[in-house]
Amino acid sequence: MAAVAALPDDAEICGCNGVCKGKIVGAIKAKGLTSLEQVRAHTKASASCGTCTHLVEQVMALTLGDAYNPTAVQPMCGCTSLSHNDVRRLIKAKGLKAIPEVMQQLEWASSGGCHKCRPALNYYLVADWPNEYADDYQSRFINERVHANIQKDGTYSVVPRMWGGVTSASELRAIADVVDKFAIPTVKVTGGQRIDLLGVAKEDLPGVWSELGKAGFVSGHAYAKGVRTVKTCVGSDWCRFGTQDSTGLGIRIEKFMWGSWTPAKVKMGVSGCPRNCAEATCKDVGIICVDSGYEIHFAGAAGLDIKGTEVLGSVKSEDEALEHVVALVQMYREQGHYLERIYKWTKRRDRRNPPADHGRYGEAQGLFRPLRLQPEVRAGRPVVRARLGQG
Amino acid sequence: MTVVVIGKLSDIPRQGARCVVTPCGRIAVFRTAEDHVFALEDRCPHKGGPLSQGIVHGGAVTCPLHNMVISLETGYATGADEGQVRTFRLQIDGETILIDTTSLETLAA
Repeated sequence: MAAVAALPDDAEICGCNGVCKGKIVGAIKAKGLTSLEQVRAHTKASASCGTCTHLVEQVMALTLGDAYNPTAVQPMCGCTSLSHNDVRRLIKAKGLKAIPEVMQQLEWASSGGCHKCRPALNYYLVADWPNEYADDYQSRFINERVHANIQKDGTYSVVPRMWGGVTSASELRAIADVVDKFAIPTVKVTGGQRIDLLGVAKEDLPGVWSELGKAGFVSGHAYAKGVRTVKTCVGSDWCRFGTQDSTGLGIRIEKFMWGSWTPAKVKMGVSGCPRNCAEATCKDVGIICVDSGYEIHFAGAAGLDIKGTEVLGSVKSEDEALEHVVALVQMYREQGHYLERIYKWTKRRDRRNPPADHGRYGEAQGLFRPLRLQPEVRAGRPVVRARLGQG
Repeated sequence: MTVVVIGKLSDIPRQGARCVVTPCGRIAVFRTAEDHVFALEDRCPHKGGPLSQGIVHGGAVTCPLHNMVISLETGYATGADEGQVRTFRLQIDGETILIDTTSLETLAA
């Protein structure tokens, strides 16, 4: 707090929206603001990515003193006083299976919700009632409806899936042909080891996807609150240090899990040895191959936060590695709050059950035990998997 | 008042929009959950985002670019935000939606 008190008025607090300390203090005093929501609405501070939320709260505490009362339980959005936790529990406890039913039964303050709760509720219903709930496209953000990422000028970027970051001459030729045919201005390699085509007009999206589809591509879901990528390094196929077939395992995991909706994006990586060239130790889920098998990692972060992974445990076979990754992500699908990354979900779990031993985190937290997936799940017909929409 | 047929109610998904392209710009025609229809310039007052692609909730739409919430009836940004988009008069004749063309010249190019 002393650090925030010592900041000058022109110190930038919110990097996304360029809001300095003086602007926040000024708005609190001039407009009598008392809540974080109000400060967000009137100044835009912490209204975008949210990383500066803690700082903004400190500025509020500094300005308001005892008059500042942060709410203990964060509501999902302005439409309700219930938290994500409350809503997830009530959806299951009351058997609520449609968005209007949820809003009516849980006494939503708005008709139709808002841009925050509609996608969240849609996800909870998709995850909790597989094969029963019909996905509500109109409650999805535009990107998820058109399978592309909206850009600042209203054009879109298209990212075809490139399993495990491996491609071929014919795939590259097909991408190049699509770029030429639709005069796509920018072609960029992504951090997720695939190719992004930027500047596609919305009306060209069906044509672009049709051509890519003919070449065997499916969507890379670069926009989804879902399974994104499995980055790999070359492993035992080529590398003189590779202990296992990291590329093969990465492709197998991506092919098994793609198309799953999750509370927030899931990015994975498989490295062929502890040199970790696929950077698996900052991923939502990562695998480090070793001579004796596969070390499974999770709860890393390399975006708004930087955090190394916890170790779930070690297994001997590829089959076991896949089973544990799938089971972990399924647990996350059932417990996570919408937009809560795996590392934040883990931190929330840890608050109830602080880890005694980070060295053997998975076992200590009761997360790692020998697992066997149901036969039909292992055969690739997962009953809990929601199909991504075509809209 | 001159009116032109632009489509049918069933052309627009509930809690969604479809666009009408005119020589003077694009108009977003929204359909709410209760089947009310509204026509607004398809340009967010903030940074020009396509309102037609936002999530529609109650009588408002949230711009997909930076989450500004716009009232479908008035075109005004809600809450603490400022800005307004042009609205256009529609006529509903059963299932048919018609637009009053006399206000179209005021559209930004």
